[in-house]
Amino acid sequence: MRPFDYHRARDLQDAQTDYVSGAAFIAGGTNLLDLMKLQVMTPERLVDISRLGLDRIEDDGDGLRIGATVTNSDLAADPRVRRRWPVLSRALLAGASGQLRNKATTGGNLLQRTRCPYFYDPDTPCNKRDPGSGCAAMGGELRNHAVLGTSAHCLALSPGDMPVALRALDAVIEIRGTDGRTRAQPMEGFHRLPGDTPERETVLDPGELITAVRLPAPRGDRQVYRKVRDRASYAFALVSVAAVLRLEGGVISHAALGFGGLGTVPWRDPEVDALLTAERPSAALFDEAATLLLRGAEPREGTAFKLPLARRVLRAVLEEATQ
Amino acid sequence: MTITLKVDGKSPDRIPDMKQGLVGTEIARPEGPLKVTGQAPYAAEDLPEGCAFGTLVRAPRWGKVNLRNEERLAAMPGVLSVLRDPAMIRRTAQGGAGKAPAQGMDEADFAGQSVALIVAESFEVARDAARAAVVAVDGPAPAVDPDQQETEGEPDSHGDLEAAMRGAAHALDVTYTTPSMAAAAMEPHAAVAWWDGDGVTVRTSLQMLKHNRKELADCLGIDPSRVRVLSPYVGGGFGSKLGVSPEAVAAALAAKTLGRPVCVVQERRQVFELVNRRSESRQRIRLAADEDGRLVGLGHEALVSNLPDEGFSEPVTQASHFAYAAENRLIGNRVARVRRPNAGSVRAPGEAIGVTAFECAMDELASALDLDPIALRLRNIPDAHPETGQPFSSHKLAQVLTEGAERFGWQDRDPAPRQRREGEWWIGTGVSAAFRVNLLTEAEARITLTSDGARVDTDMTDIGTGTYAILTQIAGEALGLPQGRVTVRLGDTDLPPGSGSGGSFGAASTGSAVWLAALDLRQQLATRLGCDEADLTLQDGEARVANTRQPITEILKGDTLTGHGHVQKGEAAQKVRQATYGAHFAEAAVNDVTGEVRVRRMLGSFAAGRILNPRTARSQCHGGMTWGIGMALTEGLVFDRRDGHVVNRDLAEYHVPVNADVPPLDVHFVDEHDPWTGPLLAKGIGELAICGAGAAVLNAVHHACGVRIRDWPATPDKVLAGLDGWPVPATAGSD
Ligand SMILES: Cc1cc2nc3c(=O)[nH]c(=O)nc-3n(C[C@H](O)[C@H](O)[C@H](O)COP(=O)(O)OP(=O)(O)OC[C@H]3O[C@@H](n4cnc5c(N)ncnc54)[C@H](O)[C@@H]3O)c2cc1C
Repeated sequence: MRPFDYHRARDLQDAQTDYVSGAAFIAGGTNLLDLMKLQVMTPERLVDISRLGLDRIEDDGDGLRIGATVTNSDLAADPRVRRRWPVLSRALLAGASGQLRNKATTGGNLLQRTRCPYFYDPDTPCNKRDPGSGCAAMGGELRNHAVLGTSAHCLALSPGDMPVALRALDAVIEIRGTDGRTRAQPMEGFHRLPGDTPERETVLDPGELITAVRLPAPRGDRQVYRKVRDRASYAFALVSVAAVLRLEGGVISHAALGFGGLGTVPWRDPEVDALLTAERPSAALFDEAATLLLRGAEPREGTAFKLPLARRVLRAVLEEATQ
Repeated sequence: MTITLKVDGKSPDRIPDMKQGLVGTEIARPEGPLKVTGQAPYAAEDLPEGCAFGTLVRAPRWGKVNLRNEERLAAMPGVLSVLRDPAMIRRTAQGGAGKAPAQGMDEADFAGQSVALIVAESFEVARDAARAAVVAVDGPAPAVDPDQQETEGEPDSHGDLEAAMRGAAHALDVTYTTPSMAAAAMEPHAAVAWWDGDGVTVRTSLQMLKHNRKELADCLGIDPSRVRVLSPYVGGGFGSKLGVSPEAVAAALAAKTLGRPVCVVQERRQVFELVNRRSESRQRIRLAADEDGRLVGLGHEALVSNLPDEGFSEPVTQASHFAYAAENRLIGNRVARVRRPNAGSVRAPGEAIGVTAFECAMDELASALDLDPIALRLRNIPDAHPETGQPFSSHKLAQVLTEGAERFGWQDRDPAPRQRREGEWWIGTGVSAAFRVNLLTEAEARITLTSDGARVDTDMTDIGTGTYAILTQIAGEALGLPQGRVTVRLGDTDLPPGSGSGGSFGAASTGSAVWLAALDLRQQLATRLGCDEADLTLQDGEARVANTRQPITEILKGDTLTGHGHVQKGEAAQKVRQATYGAHFAEAAVNDVTGEVRVRRMLGSFAAGRILNPRTARSQCHGGMTWGIGMALTEGLVFDRRDGHVVNRDLAEYHVPVNADVPPLDVHFVDEHDPWTGPLLAKGIGELAICGAGAAVLNAVHHACGVRIRDWPATPDKVLAGLDGWPVPATAGSD
């Protein structure tokens, strides 16, 4: 058997002192435990961070500070979030199922791993699971795979909904380093493109802990989250779009778009945002935005449909947000 | 005494003469509270003392198998045994096989087959060792794509379809493809086995115990009398538990080797590979009609697949032989031999996908003819079996269609597609007919009558269908006992052999055996009272003859009476064509932006003989209709094109409909009096409701947005391709 130790951390210091090489933090466990059963992840020690008091949502100037272990259900239901950051609430509620959201945490959601079926199948090669072994998805059956940000080593899709909204909201992740110091990492740059190290998914170093996610005051009051999926609920996004927009005098004064179902990381393209900014909404503009977004896309058999789908969804979301 | 009835012809209907009033009422399942409070132990939830745990080891591809590190695995702490017994089975037996399927662990016939069992002191140790197994498999690249293989099978031909197609006023020639599907029962396949001397008991989750007992005996090389199978509760079967599966045989062999009980549960991911799947199909459907929409020609040719040496092939065209009249007919199945997991019976094998595709084609024809799809169907109801000339025992297609149409509100429908829009959504409605052969099979039951009440005994199973409830009702009705005084014991081969659950024949078959056992008891009571059985009225624990009444307990005088019933299939099955009929109606919304489909409401109208319990019958129909939604919109096993392994083998990736996919489902039963089906006049129902259900949904999709999806499921990408005229992206491996 693969024995592992379990330690319920008392406080942040304890959590990090207890973290040794080969350990993993466990929050809701909804992703980690599944992967452990399949031996896709094989930590030797679990450090339980669910009782560190990180489960609070606090006012933070004009923004919010969301503790890392706030559950997806609680965050989605928070009246402040629903009023001022509705795109986040919608994204959360579009994910998983009620039971999972009751367990899943903010930090865990940011770090959830790809659902590429080959990643889940230790009988097939996977550069993410087993660096250097190859990629079974290439030449295999694709659907829930990325078309943006892929590399010759990995096609794995970033599956989450919440992170897509967090990108559009310019959220900042609070990370406590192993030296006990806290740093602020914008969502941008938190997730890493696969390149030739698809096993390294974020900028977190071993033992580093997400303590909170900070939401700045929303820069747009027109917020939309739209997710297209294979069934009405309990399915990952084929394509999703999070839009945070502001309109002033009929002109788009702020545009921030996050995309799910497309990228190897929660996707945002500053050029797309820039294209929309200071423009009047129009069908032609939205189309141009889609073209720009998809310019570097690498569709393959099984994922090619995502391009026209993304174009249509983006157009519809922008229409809704600029009405 | 045993009352034996061979059903050679019509049976008199005696239920109306009975006075207890239980049959036909909505009693709740007697075992329901146990199930919903977690007190009904499923197969692996009742473990004997000293039980060891086994996990099956998976072959990553097909070919000759070499377990490289067997010694190391055996030496892992906590591991008790690495079993590669030549008696272990390589796949799940077909329904009713009664004998072992392919045995031996030296070959893997398909990727995902089990090739060893590791037994350990704990489940976790066994699982870890199974993961650590190094299984080398040696074989050439496997044939995995059914479309690229030689095929076997010739269609049956009547008349000249080709000529009819050429000469017809309207001719339709379309091909539908349907993916392979999984039964996806909630309770994974599991077995706990222990030996007592040279006899083995296997507590498991199977549907047809009298056959499973023989299969186990054949696998183990012992006499069936030495095998006892227990399946008191079965958490869903849908055909996947018809035949004995690898974990049960492995558990029995391991228990023998170790001299202690062994429990083997299939992991969810194994269930998707080790359990028989529904074959994918490619169905060419040809319809030739005259000006008025009368069919002059009908062709239904299906390509399905299975492993090289398997006898089963999904009988896709089974109902097409009798569903519609047409002089010129070409109907049949071809089988391609591929290295995909074993294909076998999954809920309504044949009709589930065959009727559904055919009913989509009928809708296409109705559109081409500019004829109401219900009118088209009504116009083509045959007077007798179109090929054999057999009369129908009863034929209710017209009623289910018209009564269903009225309830659904079909009359106001604008036949043109793309007419109704709400925001981004196109709204449409669709209809489909449903056909399913009706079967009766041999069954026995015993009822023991004491002053406490009646106890029904049979090895029949309740796979979630309501068997406990309806057998309670049948016995109570005939014996004049209220529900609370009847108990039912099921799922134990020590009890008389029932029919098992399969082919929707359980209620009519085992129900008849229970009925006959009750008649036997009625005769014994009548003898004690010195009257004719027919003159005896039993109600609320009392016997009435002419003007006298007497409690049954008094007649018993403390004795225990036993009644035996035995029903056999007879010539009725040949004399007449027996079938059940239904009509499905669906309203669907199609999103014009995303291609997403949401079913808004469905109505099923069914004729399935006497409805023994409307509540459990309705629940069966809800299940079938829900399966139809899955078939139409979400479900499909994906096979890797390189080695044939199932890619989406968990419930997150294999998409059965979730609650949000299932709208209000309305169920209507049409009265049917079919005396050919046996003494209860009951017919099968569980499978009928899936046949064609998906067609109503897909026809509604077409009516909503004008897009025909001939490659299922109708996922957003495919709908979108139709909506926008984009080329359909190849759907890798989901054929
Ligand atoms: C069937 C299913 C369907 C799903 N559908 C969706 C969906 O549609 N959309 C969607 O977005 N998600 C979906 N999910 C994923 C779900 O959202 C994630 O599993 C969940 O958010 C993970 O949170 P958790 O707290 O349980 O993480 P855990 O499983 O506890 O942890 C996940 C990872 O994060 C690490 N970790 C956790 N917290 C911290 C921290 N504070 N600091 C550092 N490391 C940490 C762990 O070490 C682990 O590696 C689905 C999951 C399942 C099982």
